[in-house]
Amino acid sequence: MRRGPSAFNVAAIVAGLVFLYLPIVLLILYSFNASSLVTVWGGFSTRWYAALAKDQQMLDAAWTTLRVGAISATLATVLGVLAAVALVRAGKFRGRWGLAGMTYATLVMPEVILGLSLLLLFVAVGAPRGFWTVTLSHATLTLAYATVVVQARLASIDRSLEEAAQDLGCPPAMAFLKITLPAIAPAVAAAWMLAFTLSLDDLVIASFTSGPGATTLPMRLYSQVRLGVDPKINAISTLLIGLVATGVIAAYLIQQRAARRA
Amino acid sequence: MKPERAALAAVAPYLWLLAFFAVPFLLVAKLSLSDSVLAMPPYAPQIDLSRGADGVRAFLAALDLETYLRLVRDHLYLDAYLSSLRLAATGTVILLLIGYPIAYGITRCAPGPRQALLMAVILPFWTSFLIRIYAWIAILKPQGLLNAALGALGLEPVNLLNTEAAVILGLVYAYLPFMVLPLYAVLTRQDESLIEAAQDLGASPTRAFWTVTVPLSLPGVAAGALLCFIPMAGEFVIPDLLGGSETLMLGKVIWIEFFANRDWPAASAVAIVLLVTLLVPIMLLERAPPKVLR
Repeated sequence: MRRGPSAFNVAAIVAGLVFLYLPIVLLILYSFNASSLVTVWGGFSTRWYAALAKDQQMLDAAWTTLRVGAISATLATVLGVLAAVALVRAGKFRGRWGLAGMTYATLVMPEVILGLSLLLLFVAVGAPRGFWTVTLSHATLTLAYATVVVQARLASIDRSLEEAAQDLGCPPAMAFLKITLPAIAPAVAAAWMLAFTLSLDDLVIASFTSGPGATTLPMRLYSQVRLGVDPKINAISTLLIGLVATGVIAAYLIQQRAARRA
Repeated sequence: MKPERAALAAVAPYLWLLAFFAVPFLLVAKLSLSDSVLAMPPYAPQIDLSRGADGVRAFLAALDLETYLRLVRDHLYLDAYLSSLRLAATGTVILLLIGYPIAYGITRCAPGPRQALLMAVILPFWTSFLIRIYAWIAILKPQGLLNAALGALGLEPVNLLNTEAAVILGLVYAYLPFMVLPLYAVLTRQDESLIEAAQDLGASPTRAFWTVTVPLSLPGVAAGALLCFIPMAGEFVIPDLLGGSETLMLGKVIWIEFFANRDWPAASAVAIVLLVTLLVPIMLLERAPPKVLR
């Protein structure tokens, strides 16, 4: 029998959630503040959102960020699916240790080190820094996350269907495309969304690997944040939080539904 | 699909990681042995391939440990190194103390709320790091929301922004999901009958918790601690935005050397020192059973 949570357990959970969410809630709340002072509530207003719509630099940065995110997430997902297939299906092969090691190392590596090392690579090969260098760097960062997400799903699916198809004469590649790929599709979609979100959020790696004309939204936000608290930052943050929360919850629901069907 | 065919799938991601992950580290190592110069790129020596083997030999001869000597001689770097480790360790201990009750509490809930609560803990992790830290600036600054609340209660205002306490608070806040998840993963897999057996044999619930639940959850404790400690030790955004000028951490030093001082060899040498320090924790983490990390 499973014992229910004690009063202490409930208190710990509630305190934890308040700690996690209070700052975010306050941030969202004050993005609708008519006053430009952070601590004074001057009534409800959407003036900071209107100001945002006129901020061309911010809009350009947002557009750059979305493009970097979409392209890098796609690259990372394709490579992540390949890596996951190798790690789950290939048994022991030469290079397995290296592939798994580099994947897990990327997950925990401090971003300053990743950013610096990638920049040195681009300087060494003489690649002009800008949109593409940020995109390639983000694909490298998010590849590991995509691999882990797809790997988990791939390891849990039943292989007998694919084997049955092969027994009935279906070529292995076709059996994989027709049976396994649809089965892991929710995880692939989730991997893409997570990669996209991570790219959307990254400040450090983008700062190192970006060049003139490819300022991302976090870079623009960071330079504003350093100047102090500004309700306009609250407004753009609220929009970003809404976008990301929608994406993550959608990814979660897709996975839940797929898990229930399986 | 045959295993040999599946192994072919490894080629593209393997080459990608080799090019964009492994090789760049070699470049950082090389650069840490170079000298800083006023040029673009701002380091010397360069390999002069037009001179063939002589060029390579001259390049290798010009590499030295001078940058590392500079790091050892200047107490600023040593201070930053020690405070990185100290703050990351303090943060890890606090995270364990508040993360464990949360993870344990969630495992004791019914399956429905359990999933929702887990989702609620994960969600902030996907919300921009920068934005979540920015949210704390508005709370902690001298005329911020915290002092407004304290004032309303008739209490003395506190000055937390730009202190070490604010950095620890930021670390704990940002990394809490990383601690709760691995703890939850081990706690939820525990066999409930072990607790019942302990209680049937006369152990009080408290004693059963400390002698059965806690020891069995140690792999999760280790995984969570490493998962938090490693990135926290190299953290940049949190010490930069919440800490004062006297709170130096290695991540911030790398950033300053690179962007403000344009001393690429120094930034590289600090990165190598940080990497070597984190190598043991990273290897320990990779030996953790993969189930703990999911």
